[in-house]
Amino acid sequence: MSGAAGTPLVEFEGVTVAYRRGRRWSRAVRGVDLRLGAGVTYGLVGESGSGKSTLALALLQVLPPSGRVIEGTIRYRGRALAELTPEELRAFYRSVALVPQDPLPSLNPARRVGRQIEEVVDPTGASGAGPRGRALEMLQAVGMADPERVARAYPHQLSGGMQQRVLIAMALAGEPDLLVLDEPTTNLDVTTEATILDLVRDLVRDRDTAVLYVSHSLGVVAELCDRVAVLYAGELVEDAPTRELFERARHPYTQGLFDSVPRLGTNRRLVSLRPIPGRIPSPSALPPGCVFAPRCPIAIDACRAEQPPLERAGEGAVRCIRWRDIEAGRVDPHQTAPPSRVSTPAGELDAVLDVAGLRKHFPLRRSLGELLARRPQRAVHAVEDISVTVRRGHTLGLVGESGSGKSTTARAIVGLDPASEGTIELAGEAVARVLERRSQAAIRRLQMVFQSSDEALNPYRTVGAALRRPFRRLAGLSRAEASRRVIELLQDVQLTAGYAARRPSELSGGEKQRVAIARAFAAEPEVLVFDESVSGLDVSVQAAILNLLNALQQERDTGYLFISHDLAVVSFLADYVAVVYLGRVMESGPAERVLRPPYHPYTEALLSAIPLLDPGAERSHVRLEGEVPSAVDTPSGCPFHTRCPRYLGDVCRDEPPPWREARGDHGVYCHIPLEELRAQQAPAFRYAGGAEPEQEDHG
Amino acid sequence: MASSAAAAARRSAWLRGLLELYRKPSSALGTSLVAVFLILAALGPLATPYGATEQVFTDRSQPPSLRHLFGTDHLGRDVFSRVVAGDRDIFLLAGSGTLIAVVVGTLVGLFATYRGRWAEEITYRFFDSLLAVPALLLALLLLGSLGPSRSSVLAVIAVAYTPIVARVVRSVVLDTKTKEYVLAARMQGESTAFVLGREILPSVLPALAVESALRFSYAIFLVASLGFLGVGVQPPNPDWGLMVSEARDFVYLTPWTLTFPALAISLLVIGVNLLADGLKRVLQVGAGP
Repeated sequence: MSGAAGTPLVEFEGVTVAYRRGRRWSRAVRGVDLRLGAGVTYGLVGESGSGKSTLALALLQVLPPSGRVIEGTIRYRGRALAELTPEELRAFYRSVALVPQDPLPSLNPARRVGRQIEEVVDPTGASGAGPRGRALEMLQAVGMADPERVARAYPHQLSGGMQQRVLIAMALAGEPDLLVLDEPTTNLDVTTEATILDLVRDLVRDRDTAVLYVSHSLGVVAELCDRVAVLYAGELVEDAPTRELFERARHPYTQGLFDSVPRLGTNRRLVSLRPIPGRIPSPSALPPGCVFAPRCPIAIDACRAEQPPLERAGEGAVRCIRWRDIEAGRVDPHQTAPPSRVSTPAGELDAVLDVAGLRKHFPLRRSLGELLARRPQRAVHAVEDISVTVRRGHTLGLVGESGSGKSTTARAIVGLDPASEGTIELAGEAVARVLERRSQAAIRRLQMVFQSSDEALNPYRTVGAALRRPFRRLAGLSRAEASRRVIELLQDVQLTAGYAARRPSELSGGEKQRVAIARAFAAEPEVLVFDESVSGLDVSVQAAILNLLNALQQERDTGYLFISHDLAVVSFLADYVAVVYLGRVMESGPAERVLRPPYHPYTEALLSAIPLLDPGAERSHVRLEGEVPSAVDTPSGCPFHTRCPRYLGDVCRDEPPPWREARGDHGVYCHIPLEELRAQQAPAFRYAGGAEPEQEDHG
Repeated sequence: MASSAAAAARRSAWLRGLLELYRKPSSALGTSLVAVFLILAALGPLATPYGATEQVFTDRSQPPSLRHLFGTDHLGRDVFSRVVAGDRDIFLLAGSGTLIAVVVGTLVGLFATYRGRWAEEITYRFFDSLLAVPALLLALLLLGSLGPSRSSVLAVIAVAYTPIVARVVRSVVLDTKTKEYVLAARMQGESTAFVLGREILPSVLPALAVESALRFSYAIFLVASLGFLGVGVQPPNPDWGLMVSEARDFVYLTPWTLTFPALAISLLVIGVNLLADGLKRVLQVGAGP
């Protein structure tokens, strides 16, 4: 579909990029062939360590000093980049643009945003408005409601989403022929991500710009790209038009990625994730033959003996000697599913954790002027009013975007940052708000697993030492007994006894998170709070951890409070879901009801913003305007009224919304009656996670 | 079995660290200098032919020779023996002063910073007020009221350097106390002492080692300065600063009585400083573990 006529815009031919480590060269990207035609949006997908960013940097000729293209050529408009004269190289730089993952370092903190965009504007550009007018035009084009104000702002005065839009405006202001986006939405909320993806799609459509979109997210690529290349351990393993790739992946790795991602609307009771075993090899210790063979479910001797070539297949290409068998259905490229599916106990179960009216304010310091003027002290209203219940053996998912107060909620519940108001009950027994005032028994019953795997373990202590403590301290075991239990515990989280002697620096991200989970389970808690505990992990690792959490819950009947920004993960794991916005619950109920209409307008917007793994799917299209309001001056009435697409009028602004209960614990805080919501809303996706509620209606 | 393996691992880590120090000429020189002074201080009387205050009247004001390596002073005392005795003295005085400052500064810094709020505010405002006074001025003030003696000098070093050590500790604790493994330890109901000692202290140690070395070099300087000014260690003790001060009157007559103690001060201070730089590199202070 691309580049058939004439030379393609960009051509990678057998490109190998190596980084220098001491005296050795480690080849991070090997022998990549790729052709990118004008007007095509190309997705470059891979997990961490796949070399996707390296490839993008090599194309833009901005590799770090230790990196070098050691083999092959990258051609731009038919000319090898390595042979360009300095003059030609400058012309090349003028015709390409990069939008990086983290926008702030790319913006000059000391200059106004408008001026920075003006610098990029091509002086010979078509617009007659001059650089200033052009900058405002661009800011308007990237969906800024008030371009004048944004142009006058300094970078730090803008939110992350706005900064990323400014960079896109800047990138497009130069009217590039090639736009490289390196994970531009990874740090952003889904609703912001959705608007940015819309923006890129629209802007590229009428300009014939070629786009290379680097991402770890299959969903984002499905939404945006015409064609996708999948990288694994520095090699291109599959390359195909998006629709073809998503309908019939020919490479077992691509298939493995699809099987690892929890899809929105599936639940652990219906499907299990199939993680890819093992880990990505480092470039200095590559296996012989096919790089994926050690983790491949259908690898045969020939795979391990010789490196497979990249073969043409359909509209694309694949690097697997068995792709014909896969396509014909003669072999099954799926990983084996984990043994047991999860059946959570049904019916009314006793609540193990009951949180009511939780509130957490962080007082702001008053300035001297404010103090003298006797102004009341202001505060950040991180959590305004949150009530949740976790039942034995069940999972409550708490979903919200950044600034919703979900992490503050987690820390208030476990007592690390004590709540300002509210009650916390463990199986009907009230516990102190401050962690240090809780009894050892209460501490043992309520544990927490944290977010990042890098900080989760003390770098100076061995895994065994870290795991022995809760046994010694909270269970009161002898040293020998504790050591024995540590080994059992390591086996429970699918690590071997040998890990007890290791230090955190010797573990991978997934292994560290397994140890952190083991540590929380050591005390045999009744409730576990997870704060974004799988968010930083690659999808194949994340799938294994989610399966592990399921198995442990099944075995021990622990109640989970699972906090995440990722609705797909929550929908997979949770029995109940609560959606929070600005420190308040907007909607809550059993997962299968929350994820289907009628929803709260905020839930509706969240769901329709999530990229689905289904290119070309028909779906509702709700986008949120503006920014999340400041938690210092929270909006009156309904906190969501400033951005609500279904805003009714003064009543939303002035009065707090009533609780409208639908059925079976499900309800929303909204002024719009449920019947009206139900009539207006379409499902955001095909839900496969439980019984249709309509059938119960008639019963 | 596991613990002996761990002990062996720790030993080899020490050895690796030492080898690492010798990979760069400047830190190799520093380490060697400090080692020479340390060995001489340890040997003390065993390494010297004469006593520190022993006067040989027949050998007064002798230039350096095989009999008197560094010569003798106007009272017939062997300068080499006195420099070596002073070496042991300065290690004891500056060393224990630094040790007190490091121990007190670390304990106070750990507790006050971890507690935060008022404890931290009060402690560090007080330390700031101490730091506002130059160390030498503070020393003169204290010695003026305590009277010149060895224990006064010890107190001076401790008072002058505790706030500085506490500041260094604070900077690391502030960063470490919000780390998830510290929160996880609190979630296991660990006591404050355990959290501070086992979870936080190990991250403080590298920065603390470098700072201790630096403080030690400044303490040497301070002891020598006070001796020179006559408000520190009193005669006839073989203090280097005091020796330089006494030798000033005979600088044309017996220059060696001034040169060797002065050289000893310089070499030891330079050595300790180079060692501190090397430690900073080997322990990667500021780069994280």
